[in-house]
Amino acid sequence: MLSNLLHINTLWVMASTMILGIAAGGIGCLAYWKRQNLMSDALSHAALPGVVVAFLIIQEKNLLLLVIGAALSALLGAFFIQWFTSASRITEDTAMGMTLSVFYGVGVMLLAIANRSPGGNQSGLNNFIYGQAAAMVRSDVITMVVLAAIVIFIIFIAFKEWKLFLFDPDFAKGIGLSIRGMNVLYTIVLVTTIVIGIQAVGVILMAAMLIIPAVSARYWTHSFKMMILLSSVIGGASGAFGTWVSSTGSGLPTGPFIVLTSAAVFTISLFFGKEHGIVIRYIQFKMQQRSSRLDHQQVMTEKGGRSQ
Amino acid sequence: MVSSVINVDDLSASYQKNKVLNDVGFEVKEGTITAIVGPNGAGKSTLIKTMLGLHPKLTGKVSFWGSSFKTAKKKIGYVPQRGSVDWDFPTDALDVVTMGLYGKIGWFRIPSKKDKEKAMNALKKMGMEAYAHRQISQLSGGQQQRVFLARALAQDAELYFMDEPLAGVDASTEKAIMTILKELKSNGKTVLVVHHDLQTVPEYFDHVLFLNKTVYAYGETEEVFTKDNIATTYGGDMQWVGKGDQYVIQSTSH
Repeated sequence: MLSNLLHINTLWVMASTMILGIAAGGIGCLAYWKRQNLMSDALSHAALPGVVVAFLIIQEKNLLLLVIGAALSALLGAFFIQWFTSASRITEDTAMGMTLSVFYGVGVMLLAIANRSPGGNQSGLNNFIYGQAAAMVRSDVITMVVLAAIVIFIIFIAFKEWKLFLFDPDFAKGIGLSIRGMNVLYTIVLVTTIVIGIQAVGVILMAAMLIIPAVSARYWTHSFKMMILLSSVIGGASGAFGTWVSSTGSGLPTGPFIVLTSAAVFTISLFFGKEHGIVIRYIQFKMQQRSSRLDHQQVMTEKGGRSQ
Repeated sequence: MVSSVINVDDLSASYQKNKVLNDVGFEVKEGTITAIVGPNGAGKSTLIKTMLGLHPKLTGKVSFWGSSFKTAKKKIGYVPQRGSVDWDFPTDALDVVTMGLYGKIGWFRIPSKKDKEKAMNALKKMGMEAYAHRQISQLSGGQQQRVFLARALAQDAELYFMDEPLAGVDASTEKAIMTILKELKSNGKTVLVVHHDLQTVPEYFDHVLFLNKTVYAYGETEEVFTKDNIATTYGGDMQWVGKGDQYVIQSTSH
């Protein structure tokens, strides 16, 4: 089982899902505080038709071009969500739920058409649904690593701007930060992270890579910077570990193992997290209860002593 | 002669179908503290937001020191309503105050030790230095308001807009905030405050702006803070309960 760790291709793929996990963990924190967790799910599902259409046009599997197709279709989905919300009485969550399923449905339908086309069923397009990191070739890995590195760079260079933008956008605007610019930048990095991840993790589970590390990190820290760092570490570690487990058997999808790994981290955080973890909170409560009971006893004995 | 800091002319704004501001015009002189008063839904917060470009205006002109908001914004400080942000956000009091300096620090630069000291001084002025490293979610409502005030002080602006800074705070916070407002005034700064408590207007403010979708009266408190103006601004269904020089308003329709 360990022997495949030494396989150079496995290492490459693990490195790429790790970097993807780091980027997704960081972006996930931004999405968490923008209260847009469901949005990332809608965007990743909306990316599927773009992938297939791009394949149908170019007739070969070039990750960079497929990713561009995915990004365009995800952005179209984002536009629909925004437009429905502002132009009609439909609320944002309804618009997201609708866009998510309609785009995904169109994607699956186009996929069936693509699989019938010559060379289609060997293309590995089906991997985009559940994710298959092992299917990535060297050039895919390079595309993914370069784009993820750019995303990570953007998160960390504009660290204090992200904080101000997420905490108090009105105030940010008042002191001259362009909120429209930040929104555009946020959408670009979010969509980029999602589309580079869908081959390895799949459109269905990609959102979990953004949401779970962020919410797990929330249980350990009270600082925005630490939350982003921790979330990136959890995302990166889950990415690498999940990929390694899926590489031990042939044909195991990568996405589910990555998600299960981060879900395990989340479970630990939920119970034992330093900040409001369930067990920790219970222990704190019990300790406080005991100390106040002792105080109470002391008061009672003092009172008793006085009355005698 | 004292020069005017703000000029508002024929300003109007709306939320969807409802026009909340209509033909608003006034002029604020330097070194004054103005209370903006009016009933709920009179457009007090909207007025501030529209003046600061946070809400789109339909018509009209707003100028600061004779120029546009864009050129003047470095000299303008804004204290939003406490409820406008998510206090669960993972950060501490000192960090929030440091945000007031971001415009001066410059984008994509990291705050220096000196900046942190400046932020700390602003916290001290609000009597909050002991809470500098406290999580903002663990502060009381009054303490959160003080943090917002400290952030505005750190901005070191010439003109301040404050949206209900005294809403729901305890007596000691109210006192601390009013002390700071008086200090700002004595340093020649200009302050506009959305205020909800008519009883304290004569004590705290030297100018009053009566607003209910449009300006009903504006001027020095002594001159315009009259029963008549209050009654017309708050609508005809108000009944007066006068007790000495105390102003109490009761609505008969609710």
